[in-house]
Amino acid sequence: MKYGYYPGCSLERNASAYHQSTLAVAEPLGIELSEVEDWNCCGATEYFSINLLPAYALVARNLALASQQPENGQLVAPCSACFLNLTKTDRYMLDSPQLAEQVNQALEAGGLHYKPGSVRVRHLLDIVVNDVGYDVVAARVSRPLKGLRVAPYYGCLIVRPGYQSMFDDPEYPTTLDKLLEVLGAEVVDFPLKAHCCGGHMTQISQPVAFELIRRLLKNAADYEADVIATLCPMCQLNLDAYQDGVNSLFKTNYYIPILYFTQLMGLAFGMPATKLGFGKEFVNARAALAKIGVEAPASAPAEGATRRRQAAKEALPMPRMPKEE
Amino acid sequence: MSMAATMVRAPTFMDEVIAATPGECHLERCLQCGTCGGSCPSGPDMEYTPRAIFAMIAAGMKDQVLRSNTPWYCVSCYYCTVRCPQEIHITDIMYTLKRMAIKEGFYADSTASDAPDFSKTFIDFVESNGRSFELGLATRFHLRHRPLDAVRMAPMALDMLRKGRMDLMPKQIKGIKQLQAILAKAKELGGAA
Repeated sequence: MKYGYYPGCSLERNASAYHQSTLAVAEPLGIELSEVEDWNCCGATEYFSINLLPAYALVARNLALASQQPENGQLVAPCSACFLNLTKTDRYMLDSPQLAEQVNQALEAGGLHYKPGSVRVRHLLDIVVNDVGYDVVAARVSRPLKGLRVAPYYGCLIVRPGYQSMFDDPEYPTTLDKLLEVLGAEVVDFPLKAHCCGGHMTQISQPVAFELIRRLLKNAADYEADVIATLCPMCQLNLDAYQDGVNSLFKTNYYIPILYFTQLMGLAFGMPATKLGFGKEFVNARAALAKIGVEAPASAPAEGATRRRQAAKEALPMPRMPKEE
Repeated sequence: MSMAATMVRAPTFMDEVIAATPGECHLERCLQCGTCGGSCPSGPDMEYTPRAIFAMIAAGMKDQVLRSNTPWYCVSCYYCTVRCPQEIHITDIMYTLKRMAIKEGFYADSTASDAPDFSKTFIDFVESNGRSFELGLATRFHLRHRPLDAVRMAPMALDMLRKGRMDLMPKQIKGIKQLQAILAKAKELGGAA
């Protein structure tokens, strides 16, 4: 199965563990990924707020480049924001011939053209569960994630709003649940599985973002999850890098590693943790991995525990939350 | 957009919002049921919920709408969009309101006045390199708006660097000239910023 591949900016750096583990599991699953030549940023959640036509043109350059490749029919985007922007641009160019014409006038300034509807953009999870299939995945499992309690976290954009098509339920998706079960994990109920991680609010208003992150961590902790499985670089970053900040703001004590579903697949396929980008997470996954008998690579600095600040006795007045039940 | 041809009155604020939103956004169908506000994760922190904003748009309250923090606090989760019984493209409309607020210069005195600058700083890096650049974004945006935060966030940035999760220098695509030509043409056609 051949696909075009659009990694997006996050996967090159911040989410390199996602990139690495995606490439590692693609091979045994028979997924051939060929990266779009010289792709550019999709504009994330920011460009559409500023200037509409350039925002579409920015995304459309990628669609145009992808449509020139031999795999053009199908493009895989592992990042939820990239997935959304690529599908949205294609959809609105299809819905509005006027928009399509203007975007193409802009593309022509760079010698490119995109015919709306010619690239089908798909999320990696969709490819794994629908094109590869649970049976083939099951056949590759050599080290079942037995006893590892995993909260399946979908976030927003791959299940909503479905600009090109929907492969799961927008309110209560289940494909990742099933995939993790196939890997042998103990999948916990996670009612907030499709709720927002705060998105860019971590930059604009931390109290707003931290409350959203707190709800997710609490929900996973309530169901005694060892780890949260994610499929989006933004969700991973918000829940992982700010977990410490959430703990100090709310006087909580969450310690839940946030791992990409591809990392968990790789472990279940018997691959070593070093090949799957482990050790880059802020909330150390070592204890969780020990549960399934995997030794985590000595992660660069700091065992998680040493990083955690002792709360000052009484410093600045902080908002108090009603006691967690 | 099709309304414009048959309209005899001057365009209302609602007409403007509809015209500036791609596709058929169906804003005119709003029933004021409140499903959007009830579904919104940042609803409690918004000055007006999406439902209230739509009522205000219908009432022509352009100033109050464009000065509010509501569109900037939208996290783009699309819950409202998929739940709206009238199939209104609510998230897209929030993006339209952000663009209008910037164009009218109204955002400066909203309580989310930093938000547009965050978007602009992000885009500056994309326009000059073709890729986003987190370190540049974080330092430039935070130093400009909240130097104290920049200091507080420094340890996290260092951790990001140490773990190889952040680049020190921006990456540039090969076809940057091509991309810039495309964006320049798009700006010329779109007539803005």
